[in-house]
Amino acid sequence: MSTTDQILQDVVIKFAGDSGDGMQLTGQQFTNNTALLGIDLATFPDFPAEIRAPIGTLPGVSGFQLHFSSNKVYTPGDIADVLVAMNAAALKVNLKSIKPGGKIIANIDGFDSKNLRLANYPDGINPLEDGSLDSYDLIKIDVTKLTRESLKDFTDLGVKERDRAKNMFVLGFIYWMYNRSLENTIEFLKEKFGKKETILQSNIKVLQAGYNYGDTTETFTTRYKVEKAKMPAGLYRSIMGNQALTYGLIAASEKSGLPIFLGSYPITPASDILHELSKYKSFGVKTFQAEDEIAAITSAIGASYGGLLGITTTSGPGMALKAEAMGLAVMLEIPLVIVNIQRGGPSTGLPTKTEQSDLMQAYYGRNGECPMPVIASSTPSDCFEVAYEACRIALQHMTPVILLSDGYIANGAEPWRFPTSNDLKPINVKFKTSLDEGEEKFMPYKRDEKLVRPWAIPGTAGFEHRIGGLEKQDITGNVSYDADNHQHMVKTRQAKVDKIADHIPLQKMDSGADKGKVLVLGWGSTYGAIKSAVLELQAQGKSVSHAHIRYIRPFPKNLGEIISNFETVLIPEINNGQLVKIIRDEYMVDAKAYNKIMGVPITKGELVDVLKKML
Amino acid sequence: MSDTVTAAPLTAKDFATDQEVRWCPGCGDYSILAQVQKVMPTLGIPKENVVVVSGIGCSSRFPYYMNTFGMHSIHGRATAIASGLKAARPELSVWIVSGDGDSMSIGGNHTIHLLRRNFDVNMLVFNNQIYGLTKGQYSPTSEEHKITKSTPFGSIDHPFNPLALAMGADATFVARSMDRDPKHLQQTLIRANAHKGCSFVEIYQNCNIFNDGAFEIFTEKGTKMEETLFLENGKPLIFGATQNKGIKLDGFNPVVVELGNGVSADDLWIHDDKDFYKAQILVRMFDDPRKANHLPRPFGVFYETERLCYEDVMALQIEEVITSKGKGNLDKLLRGKEVWEIM
Repeated sequence: MSTTDQILQDVVIKFAGDSGDGMQLTGQQFTNNTALLGIDLATFPDFPAEIRAPIGTLPGVSGFQLHFSSNKVYTPGDIADVLVAMNAAALKVNLKSIKPGGKIIANIDGFDSKNLRLANYPDGINPLEDGSLDSYDLIKIDVTKLTRESLKDFTDLGVKERDRAKNMFVLGFIYWMYNRSLENTIEFLKEKFGKKETILQSNIKVLQAGYNYGDTTETFTTRYKVEKAKMPAGLYRSIMGNQALTYGLIAASEKSGLPIFLGSYPITPASDILHELSKYKSFGVKTFQAEDEIAAITSAIGASYGGLLGITTTSGPGMALKAEAMGLAVMLEIPLVIVNIQRGGPSTGLPTKTEQSDLMQAYYGRNGECPMPVIASSTPSDCFEVAYEACRIALQHMTPVILLSDGYIANGAEPWRFPTSNDLKPINVKFKTSLDEGEEKFMPYKRDEKLVRPWAIPGTAGFEHRIGGLEKQDITGNVSYDADNHQHMVKTRQAKVDKIADHIPLQKMDSGADKGKVLVLGWGSTYGAIKSAVLELQAQGKSVSHAHIRYIRPFPKNLGEIISNFETVLIPEINNGQLVKIIRDEYMVDAKAYNKIMGVPITKGELVDVLKKML
Repeated sequence: MSDTVTAAPLTAKDFATDQEVRWCPGCGDYSILAQVQKVMPTLGIPKENVVVVSGIGCSSRFPYYMNTFGMHSIHGRATAIASGLKAARPELSVWIVSGDGDSMSIGGNHTIHLLRRNFDVNMLVFNNQIYGLTKGQYSPTSEEHKITKSTPFGSIDHPFNPLALAMGADATFVARSMDRDPKHLQQTLIRANAHKGCSFVEIYQNCNIFNDGAFEIFTEKGTKMEETLFLENGKPLIFGATQNKGIKLDGFNPVVVELGNGVSADDLWIHDDKDFYKAQILVRMFDDPRKANHLPRPFGVFYETERLCYEDVMALQIEEVITSKGKGNLDKLLRGKEVWEIM
């Protein structure tokens, strides 16, 4: 029977199932397949904090949302066109985020009486049967039965092992639905199960069975196709935030000639950077899984003192534990990069959910007058540049730097027009190995025009010196309790950080005019939502512009001027209002806040609504 | 590191700085500093390769008085900083200077992990059984019932036995010395430095302001011979005012025996610092000297063994990966496996 192909511009699909159903892998495979076709995309994995919450329950639902389009994509999409629901709980959790009339692909076996009960449906109610989904395009497939059926010849495999392949059936079916090839997934399976021939063959078999099911079942008459997006010419790959961040660190190490030392303690959602960096020993990377967050940062301080590129990675609770050591790094004035992949707080909070609520902590959260540069990434691929910049600032300004990312960017993926090593600005680092003209003795706290002190590392004869957390005498670095000296040193440390503003790019408008009615000022992962909301309103002729801040401390020198060119400034954040307070304080402007603190990103739709009221 | 061919041999003075030493007059730290400065030139390490890392406490002022590289860091973290430094730069000679509060209390966690990882560093713990810098609170090594500023009715804490803790953390070198026995301290430092691996050296140090005389029973002439037991490899455990007593093992229990009357040195426990099981017993000879029939307190090297050092294995792993996979290529990394082109 014939099918017709329908061209779509934009699709948001959400894969949802039990956390053991392999939805993350399914989503990632479909993402890679989509990316390889040159279609633009953004993803949003959303999984429970428990590794395996009780099977079939609402807290156990794991989701992966993918937005792909022949137009430029900025967010994973507010609402799904297609929901794949592997069980009743997955449907219940996600029903509110499906577009009216959207497609629901449901695994019938996941709606048996046990699953319905676990999903808290009243006795005797099955949403697949009671007509409650009539307004949707409901496609019911008995995935479990069909998977078992297609593996009937695999007599070595038990029922459990056969059932484990059912996500491949769904993936195969979706590949059929969107006119895709199975090739990259077959390659992936070969790599993953290369040595386990039976498992490999069974997965391929089920993947093909899912595809063929679409092809041969007469129920499905339409297949969809999304064309390539118009993106700037070049070579692309798909990248996730934490991965890009890792590559940025390695690139900075290569370009500065300093090997990386990462001191880290596992914490969600930052652990992937530790995992990823530990793979790259071929770059001379030293990774140290420390006994706690404090040892993670202090070991990195030790390595940095020794002349390596010292890095520590963590999330909010870990940041709290590192605070004292950050103060030490500020006093020592040595390079250090502290990466915070933010998550919902306070305390343990929402470990797997996203939030931007550690900005104040990064900005102010240490004892004493303790200024540190803060820099934030806005999209998964942006993590590369921001990590590179964090290292550059740390090394060239002899200071610890805080890099803020968050769970949403960390786990999200997007196409990336990756640079070559030649495209990257060099990072020149010079250790102090000889006295300059006119110098009689090495002075560890004698500063250059950037107010940066020299870096003399152990092993350099004639440059033996002592540093520490006690207040330093200016120039000599000897311990000093002198009143005037302390005031001078506090002011100097602040001036040194402020001076970094001379060495970062000016703030650019992301979109819109330089002057106008409303400026939407964002930072971090709200980028996509702000960008798409503002573009939509600009298309309607509204006077709204968007600027997104990467360098948060110090701010770019022209930020105040940009702000003053607008009647109103709106600052949307996934917190209770943090950047907005800093902006008000810094520029004495009545900036407005839009805050969402639900552990999920701000959507384009809600921002459009907020802005419409202001315009 | 140095190209100098005919440099004059270094002396203790070369390791002193221009900074005024600011411990209280009479503090045991002076002696320890003097012994370290005396020993340093004999070790054959270029001065610029020596790094002294300390935490917080009276002892942690130490780096300011050593004309080497040094860091006076934050409370309890010298061990972790030294770990990172040694991992980064295995060729450096790293010395950690810490106190009983710094290493056993606020930094206890890092201490045990430093020991199990066996970085090739030297850890000197100045144990004065008191918090001196904060003016006299009890420490994790203070004896039970101790009256201090924070325990006016007596401490109810049970003290740590630092050497037993070190053995428990699989330390590869465990020793005890004292500020009042310069020769012994020097010998112990020399052995600690010679040991490849993490050397844990507890040094009894008198705080003459807040805990004066805490160790006098072990350090002063009148009682020293009776109360201390100096360990020497291959030698029997003999002590006493006239070297008239010894330690014998009765099953797993050390017991004091009088020499003579049919008991000779041959019957005694012969010290072997390679003996892991006996070292466990030796570190437990930790009786409160206020109690009757207590055992003498041993000094010297209790235990020494060889185990691979963290920093060496770390470097080796990198070398092996580079040998098998080749040196990392940034462009290859950025490109990844799956790429598409937009024209």
